[in-house]
Amino acid sequence: MESDLGLWVIPLAILGGAIRVSTPFLFVSLGEVLTERSGRINLGLEGTLVFGAMAGYASAYLTGSPWLGVAAAAMAGAFFGLIHGLICSLPRVNDIAVGIAMMILGMGLAFYFGKPYVQPVAPDLPSINFGWWSDVPQVKAALRVNVLFLIGAVLAFAMWWMLRTTKIGLTLRVVGDSTDAARAMGLRPALIRTMATAAGGAFAGVGGAYLSLFYPGSWNEGISSGQGLMAVALVIFARWNPIACFGAALLFGGTGALGPTLQSVGISEGYYLFFAAPYVLTLGVLIATSSPTRAMTGAPGELSITK
Amino acid sequence: MTDHSAPAPLVAAAPNGMLRILTRRSEAVILPLAALLVGFGVFSIFLLLQGKSPIEFFSLTYKAGFGTAFSWQNTLSRTAPLLFAALCVALPARLGLVVIGGEGAIVLGGVAAGAMGALLATSPGAMALPIMAASAMIIGGLWIGAVGALRYVRGVNETIASLLLAYIAIALMNHLVEGPLRDPASLNKPSTAPLPDTLRVGDLPGWEVHWGLAFGLLCCVLAWVLIEKTTWGFAARIAGGNMRAAQVQGLPVGWLIIGFTALGGALAGLAGFFEVAAVHGSANASLATGYGYTGILIAFLARHNPLAIIPVAILLAGFEASSGLIQRRMGLPDATTLVLQGFVFISILMSDTLYGRFKMFAPERWRSA
Repeated sequence: MESDLGLWVIPLAILGGAIRVSTPFLFVSLGEVLTERSGRINLGLEGTLVFGAMAGYASAYLTGSPWLGVAAAAMAGAFFGLIHGLICSLPRVNDIAVGIAMMILGMGLAFYFGKPYVQPVAPDLPSINFGWWSDVPQVKAALRVNVLFLIGAVLAFAMWWMLRTTKIGLTLRVVGDSTDAARAMGLRPALIRTMATAAGGAFAGVGGAYLSLFYPGSWNEGISSGQGLMAVALVIFARWNPIACFGAALLFGGTGALGPTLQSVGISEGYYLFFAAPYVLTLGVLIATSSPTRAMTGAPGELSITK
Repeated sequence: MTDHSAPAPLVAAAPNGMLRILTRRSEAVILPLAALLVGFGVFSIFLLLQGKSPIEFFSLTYKAGFGTAFSWQNTLSRTAPLLFAALCVALPARLGLVVIGGEGAIVLGGVAAGAMGALLATSPGAMALPIMAASAMIIGGLWIGAVGALRYVRGVNETIASLLLAYIAIALMNHLVEGPLRDPASLNKPSTAPLPDTLRVGDLPGWEVHWGLAFGLLCCVLAWVLIEKTTWGFAARIAGGNMRAAQVQGLPVGWLIIGFTALGGALAGLAGFFEVAAVHGSANASLATGYGYTGILIAFLARHNPLAIIPVAILLAGFEASSGLIQRRMGLPDATTLVLQGFVFISILMSDTLYGRFKMFAPERWRSA
């Protein structure tokens, strides 16, 4: 069977990989869109992702339900976001630096509490077989789509709609574009930003739960290697647009799947270099989309990284 | 990160002028110390909630980090790379840049030193060691200097770019150490060829601490002189305070950014050189142990002052040196140090909001009390 497919194995595996690997990118970047649209940047989502992975795994193991794991990860993520938001509400505190500190704290706490859960096996999140029509195992594997991926895709469109048309979305955008205008409207920018950061953290937590409960599907200290950070960069690439985040997450997922895919077909030369591909892509995208002179299109006016 | 020293106007030299200056300066010492203690306090509560004794934790840390001559030597050996790593954060920070990818420069500096050492294995140390150190500094300088260049030329956020480059550096190291540069004899832990004894950096006379410490201390002093006593440092501080004003004044902001980031990277590369030539004896995955990340916290605690980096680095090195004993005696996981660092880091950043709030640090406001 494998010989029939020939080299088609590679794009098929990358497609499957893109769907599998992109979900954490998608959730973290959607969360970061919410936060950044309110005018703050949370670089700590890498730590939130790792802690969410641990909290989700531990809860799923203890309760036997992967969905309770996802809920626990979302709550833990919201808590981390809340802390970040509250600290950044103090005057003259730098949100980028606080993000770095939250990254260290999140990873530290995750490794601290996660030690006993490295060995046990937690139940996986369910997935849906869209490849039922095919007898080719590779096609079946590529089209086994996790429910969280579908939820994330729906959420991307829902968030786009929310930011565009609802009162909440408008409030968020006003606060993100001009603190003064928001104050003049009687809004409370610090409170709204804190809530947006907490909601963003919840998304990142769910992304972490996906890592430990579906793919790769176990908890260990190396579970995330910068996915949270890459997702933050991806938001800039996606120009703070949730639907563009969905596309960008698929692109990054595909790149992330490159190394394992090539290894699975027997190309192991330069494995570590392929492993670095997502980072190189992220950096390349950042270089291509940044500009030293003009503000970026679509950038929230109060965002510190684009000012 | 800008320096939030007191925004007070210059006070004419009154009879008690010295006292006034000391009082105002003391804010920059007392507030970070207080923040450090608050961080320890929160960590103590965290330990109490786990049913562990904070008193035991801190007394074990003291014993294993600072209690005996042996523990001091252990602590000081770990201080050396931390000094360099912290300088890699502090130098760009004076220009307002948050560069956090020093780990990448350390790792690649180590690989460069290891590869150069393998190439020059038969040369005398007096010739080979400077070449190894220079190549480590060049690669480190290029790596972090690129972050500065990208920031200036393309406006790429330096924090994200430097961290991405750190991940790329670690992947590059794994590729080189497991591929082209691998010593076939290293089976379990792929490494470059072990350095011959002639190419090893020895210990300071009379101590069991390698020369990296002396160079690290020297670099801290030189960096302080550069920032505080030279026109370049002056220009950098102006640019860090207000980039546009510096540009309007005709300061070479681009070169300052590239120069300071490259210098920071070169120093981090030097840390990699010492790790290879003095500690490990070859370049391998042990280079990526997180010194670069601890350096971030040290630089922030020292408020990016190169001289203040010295005591802070020694303190944090002591915590890392005692981590093994604490794991064994108290049954705490190795991530405990990371948790402590996280609490201290958040506490120090929160203290930024307090500068200029206390009358006791502002002599010109005393009389109105």
